Amino acid sequence: MAYKRTDGRKNSEMRPIKAKVGVIPNADGSAMFSIGNTIAIAAVYGPKKMHPQHQQDPEKGVLRCTYNMNSFSVSDRIRPGPSRRSMEISKITEWALSPILMLKKYPGSVVDVHINIIQADAGTRCAGINAASMALAHAGIPMKNLVSSISFGKIDKTLVLDLDKYEDSDFKEGEGSTDIPISVTADGKLTHIQLDGKIDKKQLIEGIKMAKKACEEIHEIQKQALKDIIKK
Amino acid sequence: MTERKIVIPGEVIVKGDDYLPGEWTEKTEKGIVSLRYGLAEENKRLVKVIPLSGVYHPRRGNVVIGKVENVTFNGWVLNIGCEDTAFLSLNEVPRFVNKDSLEEVMDIGDSAVVKIWGINRRGIDLSIKSRGLGKIEEGIIIEINPYKVPRVIGKEGSMIKIIKEETGCNITVGQNGFVWIKGDKIENELLAKKAILFVTEKSFISGLTDAVTKWFKENKPFEKVSKPSSNQENKPESNKESKK
Repeated sequence: MAYKRTDGRKNSEMRPIKAKVGVIPNADGSAMFSIGNTIAIAAVYGPKKMHPQHQQDPEKGVLRCTYNMNSFSVSDRIRPGPSRRSMEISKITEWALSPILMLKKYPGSVVDVHINIIQADAGTRCAGINAASMALAHAGIPMKNLVSSISFGKIDKTLVLDLDKYEDSDFKEGEGSTDIPISVTADGKLTHIQLDGKIDKKQLIEGIKMAKKACEEIHEIQKQALKDIIKK
Repeated sequence: MTERKIVIPGEVIVKGDDYLPGEWTEKTEKGIVSLRYGLAEENKRLVKVIPLSGVYHPRRGNVVIGKVENVTFNGWVLNIGCEDTAFLSLNEVPRFVNKDSLEEVMDIGDSAVVKIWGINRRGIDLSIKSRGLGKIEEGIIIEINPYKVPRVIGKEGSMIKIIKEETGCNITVGQNGFVWIKGDKIENELLAKKAILFVTEKSFISGLTDAVTKWFKENKPFEKVSKPSSNQENKPESNKESKK
């Protein structure tokens, strides 16, 4: 029996998306990205001098991401401050974004990206990467492309796109659920993929295809958001 | 007249091999691709992107406004709003300075109008050996996006000329986005500040100089007719209320 989604979405349908650029006036670049009930805001500062000095790279600029989930972002208050999980996601975000950045011109500098999750309903790292990618462009950082990110997964035996909280962690029937976040550049190259669980090769390839298509849609939304702030 | 359009990183500006990549663009098999968020401009065959945002990128010869961060034994370290710190050497100050008390000339927290004299790997060298440069004694300093400085100055200084004439203030726009406003009255200084912020907000509309002239007609709290000083304090507020 195929799995039927609780919110009535099709298997390859994303939750409604909103994107906005320039939400933080004090930052050099900023963006908000929301997908369903997940809301992420990203702020970019720099390029500025890297401090501590021993982390400076004399060859090129460095990207430094900080992912943080606000204590009020989930229904059970989470302990504020860095955790094992948030440190991992910070690193993942860095790796997902650094292939597109061109920081050769800024030796000894750092570009700081602060991602805050103000409301969480699964897929927070993807929302964070989407917001950060827009914020970096808004901050005028030279980059080859934008990155779009989405998660797909396997619920029991069915492939679905953009899992929500219930599907991601509360679904326990049959084979359970597997969540696979991936990040794709606008020209279709993967910069990040994570898998924690089991999935066979055929389904994985099928899922990546589905996610790539979704990322194209997200890219259009990101593009529109960046262009909209200049209209007036 | 060239047409300008907004581009995002990775967007193909023009297709085909007939174009040359200019600033912030790259040539790929798809065509000329933008590497930065900004306005794309075609000039004959050359395609370039004019950035709209970002931190200040220093260039030699720029006149900027900096704030003293540190005083060393032979000069001052200034923050001019970019990733590198800028150094103003004692040799570049055209007056006698007592080497034991540099802070008497400029102390931490003071601001100055300076010129970028050279950029090297170690940092930026500054100079105040020119007309119009030197320590800022009074007035207000505001910060704007450095990429909007050309709009605030206008074509051959037309915009800044209007603001100067309308407010009677002396305005120095640093290329790094710091603007120094000095007027005889605080009201005039604040009016100039508002006008500059108006320009930065509306920087994308065409015919901006006319819009600013109109804005001054609507927002100028007192006419050029001189009035007794006691009245002037109340005037700006009453004008604002009537507008609402």
